[in-house]
Amino acid sequence: MLEILQILISDSFWAASLRIATPLIFGVLGALLCEKSGILNLGIEGIFVAGAMVGWMSVWLGAGLWGGVLAAAIAGSILGLLHGILTVPLGLSQHVSGLAITLFASSLSYFSYRTALPTVSSPPRITPFQPLDIPILSDLPFLGPVLFQQTSLTFFALFCVILIWYVLEKTALGVAIKAVGDNPNSVDAQGLSVYGLRIGAVMAGSALMALGGAFLTMSAFDAFFFGMVNGRGWICIALVIFASWRPGKALFGAILFGAFDALQVRLQTEVGAFVPSQVFLAAPYILSIFALVIAARSADYPRALLKPWFKGQR
Amino acid sequence: MIRIEARETLSIYWKLGLPVMSALLALLLASLPLNLAGAPILESYKQMVIGVLGSKFAISEMLTRATPLIFTGLAATLAFRAKLWNIGAEGQLYLGAMAAVSVGTGVFDISGLILVPLIIFCGCAIGAAGMVLPATLKIRYGADEVVTTLLLNFIIIIFLQYMLEGPLKDPMGLGWPQSSPILDQGMLPPLMDRMRIHFGFIIAIFCAAVAHFMLIRSIWGLKLKAVGENMSAAKHAGIPVNQSLITVAAISGALAGLAGVSEVAGLKGYLTADLSPGFGYTGIVVAMLAGLSPLGVVISALFIASVFVGADSMSRAMGVSSYLADLVVATALLCVLIGGFVSRYKIVRIAKNGGKN
Repeated sequence: MLEILQILISDSFWAASLRIATPLIFGVLGALLCEKSGILNLGIEGIFVAGAMVGWMSVWLGAGLWGGVLAAAIAGSILGLLHGILTVPLGLSQHVSGLAITLFASSLSYFSYRTALPTVSSPPRITPFQPLDIPILSDLPFLGPVLFQQTSLTFFALFCVILIWYVLEKTALGVAIKAVGDNPNSVDAQGLSVYGLRIGAVMAGSALMALGGAFLTMSAFDAFFFGMVNGRGWICIALVIFASWRPGKALFGAILFGAFDALQVRLQTEVGAFVPSQVFLAAPYILSIFALVIAARSADYPRALLKPWFKGQR
Repeated sequence: MIRIEARETLSIYWKLGLPVMSALLALLLASLPLNLAGAPILESYKQMVIGVLGSKFAISEMLTRATPLIFTGLAATLAFRAKLWNIGAEGQLYLGAMAAVSVGTGVFDISGLILVPLIIFCGCAIGAAGMVLPATLKIRYGADEVVTTLLLNFIIIIFLQYMLEGPLKDPMGLGWPQSSPILDQGMLPPLMDRMRIHFGFIIAIFCAAVAHFMLIRSIWGLKLKAVGENMSAAKHAGIPVNQSLITVAAISGALAGLAGVSEVAGLKGYLTADLSPGFGYTGIVVAMLAGLSPLGVVISALFIASVFVGADSMSRAMGVSSYLADLVVATALLCVLIGGFVSRYKIVRIAKNGGKN
């Protein structure tokens, strides 16, 4: 027990939690934005892969780190546009279309990677984002080491939480996005474009998802591996429900999740002799299912989620 | 002005032509990545065809690859018809495979006449349990089955790694994480000499036929249709919706479990953590390409297996990444989705005054 307590008050533990949470923060925000507009985006897992690959590849080809981030976001929004077209004007099953995007985006990413680098045995590395070292702030007790061991992408993720919250709660655009996810007819009656709002939200959300992937290859690691996304996208979909579609709660959920993940790595070294390592590996997924079971009934779903809407049909 | 209007009825030509056209279009579109990879396009297609149909061995390989896809395609078909989104066939496949090696590798050293049915039964039962759990979570707690089945896939594969390093590990396996081999009498017999095609293929065809009959001819099939089309209307009509969902969940999981049994007891003989290269996920594409028709599943599984086997052999010959096959399969799904929309609607020209031309 004492060991756990010691872990929980150490700053390195919380720094690790925030690092693990970063791709989830991007992913949850992205999924939240899509779903607020009424569109479930199961393309998330594949968009993570695409973001990881495109971001890494751009840097490797010399685009610079922020160039890579931009390229990943563009790749994500293109995939979002595809999902948007399939599910909004065409009104196809959001489940199946999303899975199709996931299959398409991941196979295209793997194929492109293999085609660009056919013969490498170990993946080539890039110089990833480095931790920001801000002179005075880094010396703050606790907060200094937790926050200022992070890279700029983590700060960007935290900024996005505020941005998405601000847009959804404080701007007319946010009101329109939420309305289109709750009652598209009312939005249409006001002369706004339901299709435009929904496709726009899905594109922006997908760009955020791609940044989650890009964080993996450009900050957490320095190379692209096959299978490196490993279900993070699906975990984000569960976290959105857990967070009841609120950006603040989404941040909390992602960090809680990151903390559990960081804790299991540390516990493994403490009790690894008695408990098989797979228990810890499976913990995040089991936790997500629990979160879903607890939150599902009470969650207030966007009322038009999964319901296609066609102009001129009531 | 043009407008999009729904068709009242869908002709048989659309129904049959759509998946065929989608499949061909996806194959045609593969010339783009082939070109990107710098491979001569016509030669690549030729190599693909030779890889699938070039010899008796090639055809046997294709049918062998189609076998698990028929099972997982049926698993997706039945569940999707009831709008129960079972995306967990990959995990249920491994559950079935684990059950098969649990009972088939020496615990019961009995006649094959008993052992083979026992292996099949256990694989089905555990696979079914793997889908009944998320279906129950959906009914009881409203937990979205898409997310739970996806997450269960990861949990089951981690559990599999534990089993292969622990309880199921082959003591004679030189330390590799693999199970003991299934007893000889527990194996599904091969269908042809010196070929890998096995009795699992026959079981798969049989399952497709039974599923077809159940959906089209039985009261159960009609109830399932009602549940899938309008759940609350079905409830009002007195159909026990929850019971229907649990039943179809069990059957869907059992079919996915059978895919694992057939791969282990028909093909590999022992279980490793790379038994399935995503058969569970590909089964969803098989089902969609088949328009959720059980007999269509057989044909679309043969097509997708051809893509995989053909692209495998082509990529060896031409030095193109074998991820091309996954790309073609994903493209085929996108094509059939868009095609499905086109077939359901028609574009009508409207004159400025509002009347139809």
